[in-house]
Amino acid sequence: MGHAAVPTVRPGAPAASEAERRRTRRRVRLRRRGLILLLLSPWLIGFAAFYVYPMLASLYYSFTRFDGISPPQWAGTFNYRFMFTKDPLFWKSMYNTAWMIVLGVPLRIMFAIATAIILTRPRWGIRVHRTFFYLPAMVPPVAATLGFVYMFNPTGPINQLLGLLHLPQPLWFYDPAWSKPALLMLGLWGIGDAMIIFLAGLLNVPLQLYEAADIEGANALEKFRYVTLPMISPVIFFSVVIGVISGFQYFTQGYVASSVASGANEASTQALGAPQNSLLFYPIWLFEQGFRAFHMGYASAMAWVLFLIVMACTIVLIRTSNRWVYYQGGFR
Amino acid sequence: MVGPPRRRVSATVRRRRFLQAVAEHSILIAFSAGFLVPLVFVVLTSLMSTQQALSNSLWPRPFVWHNYIEIFRTQPLLRYSLNTSLYAGLSTVGVLVSGVPVAYVLSRIDWRGRQVVFLLVLSTLMLPAQVTVLPLYVIFTRLHWIGTLKPLILPNFFGDAFSIFLLRQFFLTIPQELLDAARVDGGSELQIIRRVVIPVARTGIAAVALFQVLYAWNDFFNPLLYLGEIRQNWTLSLGLSNFTTFHGSVVWNLTMAASVLFILPVIIVFFFAQRVFIQGITLTGIKG
Repeated sequence: MGHAAVPTVRPGAPAASEAERRRTRRRVRLRRRGLILLLLSPWLIGFAAFYVYPMLASLYYSFTRFDGISPPQWAGTFNYRFMFTKDPLFWKSMYNTAWMIVLGVPLRIMFAIATAIILTRPRWGIRVHRTFFYLPAMVPPVAATLGFVYMFNPTGPINQLLGLLHLPQPLWFYDPAWSKPALLMLGLWGIGDAMIIFLAGLLNVPLQLYEAADIEGANALEKFRYVTLPMISPVIFFSVVIGVISGFQYFTQGYVASSVASGANEASTQALGAPQNSLLFYPIWLFEQGFRAFHMGYASAMAWVLFLIVMACTIVLIRTSNRWVYYQGGFR
Repeated sequence: MVGPPRRRVSATVRRRRFLQAVAEHSILIAFSAGFLVPLVFVVLTSLMSTQQALSNSLWPRPFVWHNYIEIFRTQPLLRYSLNTSLYAGLSTVGVLVSGVPVAYVLSRIDWRGRQVVFLLVLSTLMLPAQVTVLPLYVIFTRLHWIGTLKPLILPNFFGDAFSIFLLRQFFLTIPQELLDAARVDGGSELQIIRRVVIPVARTGIAAVALFQVLYAWNDFFNPLLYLGEIRQNWTLSLGLSNFTTFHGSVVWNLTMAASVLFILPVIIVFFFAQRVFIQGITLTGIKG
């Protein structure tokens, strides 16, 4: 440690002890700083190695032609131009991902609020019901997707039920028009996580507010609109942000559903996005480009476009949030 | 809810309350059934014969318990389980060893720059994995780690944003007096972590461990990416996704039997650790 500014002359006893004290204090401070650095060091190394370097590297790759092995060849903005003008599957995958977010995020939030409201009524056996409501969220995504592909197969239980009710029986995972709706239902089934935070939010609404609304003569719908909704708006905001960010990374369910439904094996790329690219989500197309075809420059460009879109969406959501998010006790 | 003072209620009011109770119970039961039905179908199908699973019957006739032995012959499930356990166990050790000190520094020590570092941790949590995964894959290829469990396990020893965040939230709830008392007794920060923070926040640490175990157990993307075609190192989630394609078409009964075995440990853990779990989700709003 290069601190040479320590006084070496000792004029008198009291002054010496003063200098001594300052020196100890500084040593303590330095040791403290060293300790903080030491305790932080795993994260600091990880941050540099797994975030800072890879981000810069992928930004560089995105302007190159790169197969992952031989050195990257500078390609200027070729990857970006190709993406927007010559790759129809880029747009297709973007559309699929946007579809899931635009429909999935609001549906999931509405369903989460509804299920949470049902669970707020103090009824006999409510704890058992809460466990059952939550349980599907625990099921590993791969297993849950397999279960849904089975349930929604053309002659499966769902279509038998629809047949009994004399309703049309879509081919679900075998029909491009119905494959995404089937995945939406899978998402609603695993609502537990979102439901739990809404349940906590609902139980935190002060009862006096409802009593005041009662005195004003508000009906149930008005109470929901003017008391519940503003009070849980921070939770809604949080869920929208998390939902959008994770929606752009929606991968596993689409990947498993299309490879299972098409019956193809892992090695063949025909399966990707089946049926007819309706389940080709943006991260799946990126995965195919980067790790199956080893177009790593192109995949890096796709990753950066994804990143910029996610950032833009998050910023817009945060900027517009003060119009509809109500924080108890002023701005937080 | 605080009810009104007890008062004799008229018959109509009583009848209305009774009907309301019936309606609410019916809704609860209907929803619970809806949430459970898919799991019931998975279990039922896992007990059918291969032929029956392809037909449109819903009840196994006869019950083919043998499926649960057959799956171990079709695929090396024990090997997959071992790999999954290695991934889950070692990554959890890594996440805790690296995460506890960082979370402590970010919650209970005052220093300039703490907010900045905390914001950086949070921003890595929000960063889409796609932005970093390609260069990481290139690095792991150069290290000859592709096809092994190393890329799945080792990065966890360098701090995991979600775990640090969750641990921090738990550490913030430790009463300041406890830490002050330990400092007055002359304990160093390391001793305080060991003797005060870890024992007091053990529920929180258990929650973080649980989330990491589940994350690794459920993870599909990273094994798919890094384990490739090296089947002997596959995890259960990878093996499961390939059950179906083993004979070129979907073998539903065996797939569902394997799914049941894959789901079961998670559900057992959930029943025993429900409280820890729910607390973790409400504190952070997200699951691992």
